[in-house]
Amino acid sequence: MKISLDVNGQKRPLDIEPRVTLLDALRDDLRLTGAHTGCEHGVCGACTVLVDDAPARSCLMFAVQAEGSKITTIEALAAGPGELGIIQDAFCATHGLQCGYCTPGMILTAHALLRDNPSPTRAEIVDAISGNICRCTGYGQIVEAIELAAQRLRGANLEAVR
Amino acid sequence: MKAAAFDYIRPESLSEAAGLLASHEDARVIAGGQTLVPMMAMRLARPSLLVDIAHIEGLSGIADFGAYIGFGAMTRQAQAEKSTLVATRLPLLAAALPWVGHTPTRNRGTIGGSVANADPAAEIPLVLVTLEGSICWMSADGQGEIVAADLFSGPMSTEMPAAAILTEVRFPVWEGPPIGVGFHEASARRSDFAYVSAAAQVQVDQAGRCIRCTIGIGGALAFPKRLAGASKALTGSQLTAQDIAAGLSEDIAALEIMTDGHASSAYRRRVAGALAARALANARDHARGALR
Repeated sequence: MKISLDVNGQKRPLDIEPRVTLLDALRDDLRLTGAHTGCEHGVCGACTVLVDDAPARSCLMFAVQAEGSKITTIEALAAGPGELGIIQDAFCATHGLQCGYCTPGMILTAHALLRDNPSPTRAEIVDAISGNICRCTGYGQIVEAIELAAQRLRGANLEAVR
Repeated sequence: MKAAAFDYIRPESLSEAAGLLASHEDARVIAGGQTLVPMMAMRLARPSLLVDIAHIEGLSGIADFGAYIGFGAMTRQAQAEKSTLVATRLPLLAAALPWVGHTPTRNRGTIGGSVANADPAAEIPLVLVTLEGSICWMSADGQGEIVAADLFSGPMSTEMPAAAILTEVRFPVWEGPPIGVGFHEASARRSDFAYVSAAAQVQVDQAGRCIRCTIGIGGALAFPKRLAGASKALTGSQLTAQDIAAGLSEDIAALEIMTDGHASSAYRRRVAGALAARALANARDHARGALR
């Protein structure tokens, strides 16, 4: 089936089977491997992307369903190749990752949270990432990373970094 | 885990969608897909055709009809969660929505999809049954309305005609004196499938006496159930702890409770009684708080 997806601001034509998930289309057809394949049934959050600016599980959507929506992946969050966005940098600064498998999903979830709520409480952060499973960190440093990112974003020129 | 092959059509009108369902035996409607896609990934569902209703005009939105709030089937759960109409007119649904999956699944999942899929642990069907709401459906042959008490027939199954599309979900609004709500769930992890859930809504007069009451149990049963006897028995009472315990005991004892490796039926029955009592006490206090 021929479709066209809007991914990270670019029109991407695809010819795929309807049964291909958005996750597999991003990774295998568009070579955007930042969204990670975890449980493939909507439990782990490793495949989180933004669909029309809201976090969604790309394994719980067929790519054909995403036609007409704006898809944002982790690849779009840095200003350029080799650079890190503010939230990504905060994860490095606080050691908010170990193996890194859950990290793109965590960062996109944090990105959506901080866009809507620039000063989240710790409880709000914990609730926001409750759908993203991490098996390394114990979550403490991930929460710290999002707190640090929130603090830095509040002090930043937002137009310049978004 | 990958879904088996299927055809996919995205109709632009309800009549076109209904026609597709009528002419394809194994066709299924896909709305938000947050229940259906994992079932297809695990090959528990193998439809030959998916009819995507996401782009049908007029199937999404929340409207106040006075006696009830109507939700177009495609209304996203996140949209309902953020709605001030829901917060002010349907406080029980507002209390239940944060328990539905996680934010990312609520961003895609729909009100209609949750009801049509009839997962025993789902919160939205429990609220619909507790408030004695209804759904509207249409098919190539006609249309109809089914009240919540007659809608669910077992786990993941409803009494809607096979080739019908759920078009609207209607939650009754209680007008008049202050109302209060309570919602509780027991599960292994935050927002995991509920072993037991309980929803309660009460209305009180100026003296704080209960003049209207409804209580429902989900998760533990094949489908959610309103405790009609308890709801009636507690109406007119002061909803003291003793009133609540006495009012609930018969209905809780009569529940046909499921058992599985996670939670025995004896445990679920005990928790159902405790959560129902807690939900009623919260609803009572919430309603009386609004008197001051």
